[in-house]
Amino acid sequence: MTATTATLPPEPLDRLAWIGRVWPWLFLLALITFFEAWSQARIGRTFIFNGYNLQAILLAASAPLMLAIGQTFVIITAGIDLSVGFVMGLAAVILAQATLAAGDSNAALAIGVGVTFLVCLIPGWINGVLIARLGVPAFIGTLGMYGVARGAGFLSAGSGMTVSIDHEGLAWLGDGWTPIIVTVVFLLGAHIVLSFTRFGQYTYAIGGNPQSALRAGINVKRHLTIIYILSALFAAVGGILYTARYSAGAANAGESMLLDSIAAVVIGGASLFGGTGKVIGTLIGALIIAVIQFGLIFLDVNAFWQFIAVGVVIIVSVLIDQYKEKLASGK
Amino acid sequence: MTAPLLEVKNVSIRFGGVEALKNVSLSLNPGEVLALAGDNGAGKSTLIKVISGVYHPSQGEIWFEGKPLLLRDPQDARSQGIETIYQDLALADNLDVGSNIFLGREPMTKRFGFPVIDRAKMHDVAREVLQRLDIVIPERKLTGPVQMLSGGQRQAIAIGRAIYWNARVLIMDEPTAALGVPEQRKVMELIHSLKSTGVAVILISHNLHDIFAVSDRILVLRRGEKAGERLIAETNGEECVRLMVGDTYQALQ
Repeated sequence: MTATTATLPPEPLDRLAWIGRVWPWLFLLALITFFEAWSQARIGRTFIFNGYNLQAILLAASAPLMLAIGQTFVIITAGIDLSVGFVMGLAAVILAQATLAAGDSNAALAIGVGVTFLVCLIPGWINGVLIARLGVPAFIGTLGMYGVARGAGFLSAGSGMTVSIDHEGLAWLGDGWTPIIVTVVFLLGAHIVLSFTRFGQYTYAIGGNPQSALRAGINVKRHLTIIYILSALFAAVGGILYTARYSAGAANAGESMLLDSIAAVVIGGASLFGGTGKVIGTLIGALIIAVIQFGLIFLDVNAFWQFIAVGVVIIVSVLIDQYKEKLASGK
Repeated sequence: MTAPLLEVKNVSIRFGGVEALKNVSLSLNPGEVLALAGDNGAGKSTLIKVISGVYHPSQGEIWFEGKPLLLRDPQDARSQGIETIYQDLALADNLDVGSNIFLGREPMTKRFGFPVIDRAKMHDVAREVLQRLDIVIPERKLTGPVQMLSGGQRQAIAIGRAIYWNARVLIMDEPTAALGVPEQRKVMELIHSLKSTGVAVILISHNLHDIFAVSDRILVLRRGEKAGERLIAETNGEECVRLMVGDTYQALQ
């Protein structure tokens, strides 16, 4: 395998694949340059060469990124998981409730984390059974779970929407660089699984052609079930980090992050048709969204412009994806 | 003559009230190409699905290398060396050549003590297998998705996968149906070279031209029954067509 060189490959299709691979990086670079120039011109300060800003961008990226890692696996299999936002919220509330019930030691926190993972196994497993074994379209099955997890989250939170928790160990987990480091660890783990293991290989094979995967002896139903469970568990980690950071679990913690998670995957180069996608691409996608969001806040632009900007980027990414698909299938 | 590699003995199968195969027998020697012909619904697909372990016969037996063979599922047939290449080739279009050859049976190696997929080996085997089939695919396309390859090249990958896993009997369902003329010719050449390595081939085809180009024998099915079996050297297209559509059907009884 040759390394990617800076020169354009000769064949049109190769060139297309090359552009598909590098454009998220170029776009991220262009965005940072753009905000840097704007910032210098408007307030005479640097945007990116600033430890505080950098940390804020990475923090803003890390929560939706956790959901997006699970979503990457799901989207590679040509599925989608709409329930991750509220599973994250459910996890945030359950962590707070379970830890409070267990006391305020670090052991209590460990119990809380364990209970949170166990609880989140359930929506993931049900999603998997619905989609892999009962043949429910992923869009509908996980939309149903979106509602169920949302209701369960608010019910678990009790009368208020949030459950406050003052816990030293938990606060450490949410402080400064810790959540960023945790995210990086999960990111690397997911990358290794997807790129170097049979599990990853089968994920791509199922997304490319489930029938072929089946004939090759891959247990497609079990694999898909595990993928939806994984997605829910990544959402659980997102919820845990949320509660750690804000010292409170909120049932709507992930509400706004569902779309960001899907957007990160798609901007990162995965195809909604399945079969392609990389964790590193998803990272770039999440960074692009975070830079847009934080950049506009930093420059004091009306917050609603963020939605418009991110929306436009999503649409353009999907258009590029469809164009690639069209060219590839038309040879 | 050596003992037959594969024997189908008086196989019948019914689906509900329909008898899809009635008392069909065939035998296949190593290095032999047997063409399976017949009109739509004649039972060709049913017969190969019995041989590849997808269907279980209601009556009759399959013998392999002189021993009765019980096939519970397609995996059983594959582990015995009976490989089937369906029309859709069963490739994962988004994966590269090596990944397709090894799909479901990836070689592993260790990196930093962790088991990882051995992509270098997969790549080397891909090149080696294609070389054996005399198929040229440029190096950079070897590592791209097989979606980007031509129909003949994709067919060669499916064949290459089967022979890499030591197929003794290769069942090919309409291998040239979706191909252009030069590609069809390439596939015929591939069947010739398989034959010379001792692999037995069952070829399903509508195309008599193809059948006459590569086969040793032709078995014609009609409404689930064997309408006739001929050595290719001793028959002609006209007779085969008559067997298929049944003008001489009464006479054969």
